[in-house]
Amino acid sequence: MSNNHDHDHDHDHNHDHDHPHAEISHDETPGYYEILEISIRELLIEKGLIKPDDVRKQIELLDSRHPLLGSKMVVKAWLDPEFKKRLLANGNHGAEEMGISIYDDTDFTVLESTPDTHHVIVCTLCSCYPRAILGLPPDWYKSKEYRARTVIEPRKVLAEFGTVVPDNVRVVVNDSTAAQRYLVLPVRPAGTENFTEEQLEAIVTRDTMIGVTVPRIN
Amino acid sequence: MNESKPIVVVDHNPPKFEAGDIVRISVKFPIGHYRVPMYMRGKKVEIVRNLGSYINPEEEAFGKNAGDKMWCYMIKIPTTELWSNYEGQANDEHQIEVFENWLENIE
Repeated sequence: MSNNHDHDHDHDHNHDHDHPHAEISHDETPGYYEILEISIRELLIEKGLIKPDDVRKQIELLDSRHPLLGSKMVVKAWLDPEFKKRLLANGNHGAEEMGISIYDDTDFTVLESTPDTHHVIVCTLCSCYPRAILGLPPDWYKSKEYRARTVIEPRKVLAEFGTVVPDNVRVVVNDSTAAQRYLVLPVRPAGTENFTEEQLEAIVTRDTMIGVTVPRIN
Repeated sequence: MNESKPIVVVDHNPPKFEAGDIVRISVKFPIGHYRVPMYMRGKKVEIVRNLGSYINPEEEAFGKNAGDKMWCYMIKIPTTELWSNYEGQANDEHQIEVFENWLENIE
């Protein structure tokens, strides 16, 4: 190097930082699948099939989706019966009404839990999830344990999430295997009659829309 | 006279099943990509509704993504009929999407 950048790179300098940590770096050797992904991506770009910016844009799109979109959707359905009807009849239209595009060519389907029926969603084959609304699924949703056990012993799995479904409430497990992407519309709990929209949104967490738990008042 | 007549659309691929039909899921083990989990094979199920027609994923997996679409149905089965030792309630249910080529009439 011919420039005058001769600051020394010993890493014992102290940042204005309230905790010590190892240097943040990416120096591991990439694994098999990472190399495969890089190779295919670079080939697609080289052949002009995609542009480098397309990958970044897609990641940005995925990251723009967050459980709060779902919380707002559920609360709107609780407060507006006509919207709820339209949403249950056609989830894609309901989402688009709220300005949320279903970008992945799937059928967004809202399952209404009632005092008699508790819906829970799973994808036994892979990790189908309403990503267009909730963003990326949690790791446990993709685990083999969740995928296998939810189908075989849903009540036990729900109990492990702190959700004991009473015997007089039917449990319906929805295994997503093709074009449907489910979101559970949970039951609005009693005692929330005077809640503001923001207070309602706060109790509609991601897991209540997967159906492993229910909205609760603290 | 050049009288225009309405165009008659001939539907060559009407759905075979409708809501309420009782059908059986095929027992087969094709090579390649398919969307019917092992635990559903051979089960007697009820059609909940016709979901519409979609590109067959078994063909799409091999690049045939511009061809015929296939009907797909939501089906349901009591969970107690999926697992003989099921420990939940008698009216618990299981729902799943199944393409038409995996559904058979029951005599």
